Amino acid sequence: MIEVKNLTKRYSGGRPAVKDISFKIDKGEIVGFLGPNGAGKSTTMNILTDYLSATSGSVRIGGFDVLQQPNKAKAKIGFLPEQPPLYIDMTVEEYLNFVFELKKVRLDRARHIEEVCRLVKIEEVYRRVIRNLSKGYRQRVGIAQALIGNPEVLILDEPTVGLDPKQIVEIRSLIKRLGKDHTVILSSHILSEIQAVCERIIIISNGSIVADDQTENLSKGFSENSHLTVQIEGDKEECLKALRGIDSVSEVTVTGQKDENIFEYYIETKKNADRRREVFGCAVKNRFVILAMQDSSMTLEEIFMKLTSTAAVSTDKTQKTKPGKEG
Amino acid sequence: MFAVFKRELSSYLNSMIGATFLFVYFLFSGIYFFYVLSYGTASLAPIFNNMFIVLILLIPILTMRLLSEERRTKTDQVLLTAPVGLWAIVLGKFLSAFIMLCIATSINVIFGLVLNLFGSPDWMSILSNIIGQLLLGAALIAIGLFISSLTESQVIAAISTFGVSLFFVLLDSAASLVEYKWVSDAVKWISFNDRYNEFTEGVVNISSIVFFISAAVIFIFLTTRSLDKRRWN
Repeated sequence: MIEVKNLTKRYSGGRPAVKDISFKIDKGEIVGFLGPNGAGKSTTMNILTDYLSATSGSVRIGGFDVLQQPNKAKAKIGFLPEQPPLYIDMTVEEYLNFVFELKKVRLDRARHIEEVCRLVKIEEVYRRVIRNLSKGYRQRVGIAQALIGNPEVLILDEPTVGLDPKQIVEIRSLIKRLGKDHTVILSSHILSEIQAVCERIIIISNGSIVADDQTENLSKGFSENSHLTVQIEGDKEECLKALRGIDSVSEVTVTGQKDENIFEYYIETKKNADRRREVFGCAVKNRFVILAMQDSSMTLEEIFMKLTSTAAVSTDKTQKTKPGKEG
Repeated sequence: MFAVFKRELSSYLNSMIGATFLFVYFLFSGIYFFYVLSYGTASLAPIFNNMFIVLILLIPILTMRLLSEERRTKTDQVLLTAPVGLWAIVLGKFLSAFIMLCIATSINVIFGLVLNLFGSPDWMSILSNIIGQLLLGAALIAIGLFISSLTESQVIAAISTFGVSLFFVLLDSAASLVEYKWVSDAVKWISFNDRYNEFTEGVVNISSIVFFISAAVIFIFLTTRSLDKRRWN
């Protein structure tokens, strides 16, 4: 549905905001575009919607090149920019009717606008002037304008920024519902938001894609080794000897003493190995008592920090972390 | 184009800008019409002569926010990401301002009808004056629209439009100072003042019609290029 090839954007007189990025998004996917502020997320989204032109590279939406056939490509997109593009002097009704006409939609106008309003829950403010609406409602009206014309692709740039927690939950649930019928690209610098809504994550840093994978695979893919934190009751030296005797364990360290004869061990095992059963078997065999055991593989936050820190941004790593996803 | 035109026209008619434009236009043309009545003449030419400078002051008010405000508030994103061409957006904006000018200019028809009660006004002269004012206005609106596309500030857009319009008006004065005849003729040829004055004298010159329409088309074209260039920066 979306195909981005070797996209580069260089603003006049500056360093490239986006550097040679490529990705494909299939129909029906909800993809999170994650990155710190200034990473190039909004620039990429603006290029996808033809608000900005790329310095080089190509973007195809539903088979149409954004540069060659802009109107056909744009007809397939609903876009909510970071700041909803609302005419605050208009009522919601006037604004949505204006967008309907602007997009040259050929659906039944009254019924379609009513459906969109029902979906984003703005029926009660339909006749109110946008200037007088709360930020939450303005955001919903912004999403409503993106939905006008029932586009196949929805591009939402930081849709929950500035909202209160209740509104954030509501907007996230709305995006999830929209994801059933649309291809959605959602940008954010908030990890929990992306985790809560998206099936796939593209992490962008300094204008380059540093990771592109399914949300659950990211953590596994980035942990070079698996880690376990275990609390065991028993003699420390014997425990260490026994744990180090497990084939798949590469390193064991004592990280603290919790009580008399109860120690906490940090066990590093070989890549992507889940060794909980072997550790449990070892404890039973040596008559130790396991009081707690926790998988300590990297959280998404840790991955994000690792990838977006300057040191982690290297071409080699980029290639390693996105197998088979590059278009 | 129609969606943009409708929105802009509605915005003019529901905002202080539109009301101020019409109020000031009606006020000054009313004052000049009062003079016409006082002097007992059946010609509206003095109104149009004097309204020339008023138009130069008023058009920037009409055009200052057309694109600069969209850029400042980022509402241009809804326009530029919609499946419509740049020409449609720019023409919609231009036509909305032009229709406001038509509404303002229509007061002169009423003045003509009032004169008709007391005498026999020269309707062809009134018509040529109205055509002249609309053509001059169209060129000035296109200039204002172009300048509005260059900045985010309404104030800068208004002042710059006024400055550029004044420049085109004062060209005929500058032409008289130029020593070389061909330069002087060339400068005079692009002077708005001389060409507009022909209409106020009841002369409908085809070359002047083509000149003003060409000026409008050129600046509308430049506006589309200016919007397009912004995407590439």
